[in-house]
Amino acid sequence: MFTTASTTSDKILQMFAAILLFAAAVGVILFAASRVAGKRDRAVAALYLLPTVLMLGVGLLYPGVRTVYQSFFDASLSNFIGLDNYTKIFTDAEQLTVLRNTAFWVLVTPFAATGIGLLYAILVDKARLESFAKALIFLPMSISFVAASVIWKFMYEYRPDQRNVQQIGLVNQVIVWLGGEPVQLLIESPLNTFLLIVVMIWIQAGFAMTVLAAAIKAIPDDIIEAARLDGVGPWGMFRFVTLPAIRPAVVVVMTTIAIGTLKVFDIVQTMTGGRFDTNVIANEFYSQSFRSNDKGLGSALAVVLFVLVIPIVVYNIRQLRRSEA
Amino acid sequence: MFVQRGSSRSRVALAGALSVGLVFGLSACGDSDDDTGADTGASAAAIDCSPYTAFGDLKGKTVTIYTGIVTPEDTPHKESYVPFEKCTGVTVKYEGDKAFETQILVRAEAGNPPDIAYVPQPGLLQNLVKTGKAVEAPPEVAANVDKFWGPDWKAYGTVDGKFYAAPLGANVKSLVWYSPKEFADKGYQIPTTLDELKALSDKIVADGGKPWCAGIASGEATGWPVTDWMEDFMLRLSGAEAYDKWVKHEIPFNGPEATQALDGVGAYLKNDQYVNGGLGDIKSIASTTFQDAGLPILEGQCSLHRQASFYAANFPAGTKVAKDGDVYAFYLPGKDATSKPVLGGGEFVLAFSDRPEVKAFQTYLSSDVWANTKAKLSSGWVSANKGLDPANLTNPIDQLSASILQDPNAQFRFDGSDMMPGAVGANSFWKQATAWIIGQDTKTTLDNIEKSWPK
Repeated sequence: MFTTASTTSDKILQMFAAILLFAAAVGVILFAASRVAGKRDRAVAALYLLPTVLMLGVGLLYPGVRTVYQSFFDASLSNFIGLDNYTKIFTDAEQLTVLRNTAFWVLVTPFAATGIGLLYAILVDKARLESFAKALIFLPMSISFVAASVIWKFMYEYRPDQRNVQQIGLVNQVIVWLGGEPVQLLIESPLNTFLLIVVMIWIQAGFAMTVLAAAIKAIPDDIIEAARLDGVGPWGMFRFVTLPAIRPAVVVVMTTIAIGTLKVFDIVQTMTGGRFDTNVIANEFYSQSFRSNDKGLGSALAVVLFVLVIPIVVYNIRQLRRSEA
Repeated sequence: MFVQRGSSRSRVALAGALSVGLVFGLSACGDSDDDTGADTGASAAAIDCSPYTAFGDLKGKTVTIYTGIVTPEDTPHKESYVPFEKCTGVTVKYEGDKAFETQILVRAEAGNPPDIAYVPQPGLLQNLVKTGKAVEAPPEVAANVDKFWGPDWKAYGTVDGKFYAAPLGANVKSLVWYSPKEFADKGYQIPTTLDELKALSDKIVADGGKPWCAGIASGEATGWPVTDWMEDFMLRLSGAEAYDKWVKHEIPFNGPEATQALDGVGAYLKNDQYVNGGLGDIKSIASTTFQDAGLPILEGQCSLHRQASFYAANFPAGTKVAKDGDVYAFYLPGKDATSKPVLGGGEFVLAFSDRPEVKAFQTYLSSDVWANTKAKLSSGWVSANKGLDPANLTNPIDQLSASILQDPNAQFRFDGSDMMPGAVGANSFWKQATAWIIGQDTKTTLDNIEKSWPK
């Protein structure tokens, strides 16, 4: 019963069994901890840490190491081929397009989203209807990536310039109103990649705005007042007071968006399926692993993604530590 | 939990009782849903049991089926087993699962296969036989297949010279959709050769129209309709033998045969005189979903659309799909009027057990009795079984498909991209076909696909 869940009721059954098991495990740990409590603090700490360490080991460390190991093997994972998968990623024309697009994403999205979020945060700060204005730009955050992609797919939709044919996409309708010809927006490369990036910015700008607006509010009033007395203009205020004061928040926002952007999959998968030279690493990893059944190359792509994320994560944590210190 | 031991104990007991109740309640629900239910369908009195007496009395036995055919197509399947169940006493347990194609391998390898699986791809069939868990078809089934199907169909159910699986249903991909009314008004004739098809397209251009409409967008599978086009042209221009070699990679993907086939498709899909009626320029083929691609026929913006029989379901409700209706289809002609290559798909009945009741059920499924019983119950279903009387089929497109499949000159070939390795058939072939539509040349396209073939 617990090996092959084929019917819905079997699956629900398994779910309850798993929840019961989890509850039982937690119960056992709490019980054991209550027995040794007050005797040896270290033992208690170790007991509490045990499940986390175990789960990290099983759920993160083991698959991570295994993925690295598998990336040195061929499609069926039966023959060791050394660095061939990595050579392919960095020489094959199709894979190079994937890397190029990923670079576009990571270079444009964090700066654009943070910039827009910051500008917006400053503009609406202490303005009338501030919370309403903030809610407007924050709303896209609450939409899933796939739903956002579907919405934007309609925005970019193309209908030919023919008699009796109406545009149904907003962007092309505007182009037609302005006297232009409708454009196949999602097919023209590299324009299409940037149009996909717009979707990501649309989603992430709200996140940037929220965090940065809070940071701006936290700037002590006496600093601002002192700057005013010194006769600082609006630009000087931004450049020498606001920006230095919220720098840690800006860094955290940018690195967080950068990590999210490196892993972008849903938008590309939903809007173009990676066609028309819009593929990115995460989507290519998926199609190599699950469509082509090339587990080796898929693992190598996952490792490349992992390696690219590491420096950003390290930088992010350092900045967090520094801002806490 | 630490505070009051007594009350926590009673609470645990209550929670335990509750969960036990839940578990039993759920498993009770789970057991009831897969029975085909001997009470559904025709009433017992109306069933003539004479075709079933040969199977003998199998009362109390059970046959399990595992398949990817799910709601709503599963209902006519289950109902078509009722006469067999009534007359032999067998209970057929039907289990439909959308994840069939990956799960069946897991189940076979884990030693937990069903009695019978409906396998939709010859490649998957071969992998299943390789697990060593499948059993050969009994001689009665082989005899039925020899009698009711062509040798091409039998070959797809044969692995290493041993016959395992009889065909079940089928679908036809070599169809061109058109508007019978437009053809009648303008005096167009249904073409019987590829040259006539070309001449017809030119004639429509001369009359001021864009003859063809096409669309290949399909999410991550974008590009697949081009693979069907190319397979159809491969079959027509180079013949079935070259097609088989090409699918098995015994001749290269970028050889002269394939180049000729893709260029043949290009004469239609990359010809801005011919496409894309009501949808835009050539590139709009890449951005139009395959579901929408044939609809301009209804608006009179396009005259011809090549797509499989299942496309009938995409026309809006109220559209009459018939020879005298709003839309209908004709057979995508061969190079000349006598050759009739047919591209399509279908399922095969693979057994993992040789118990007498399983054999009996396999034999029943391979008979003309079952094909005709099933035909009367369903719409949008055909079989290549020659014992199937097309008059029993309820909708005109099914009748057309059946007549194409049963044509003695028909040479049936399975959709090649379904039989190629996943790296090609479900990845590079689609990708490169899409790139080809938006401007990449034929040579680069075929070279790239050849390069991606797993070594």
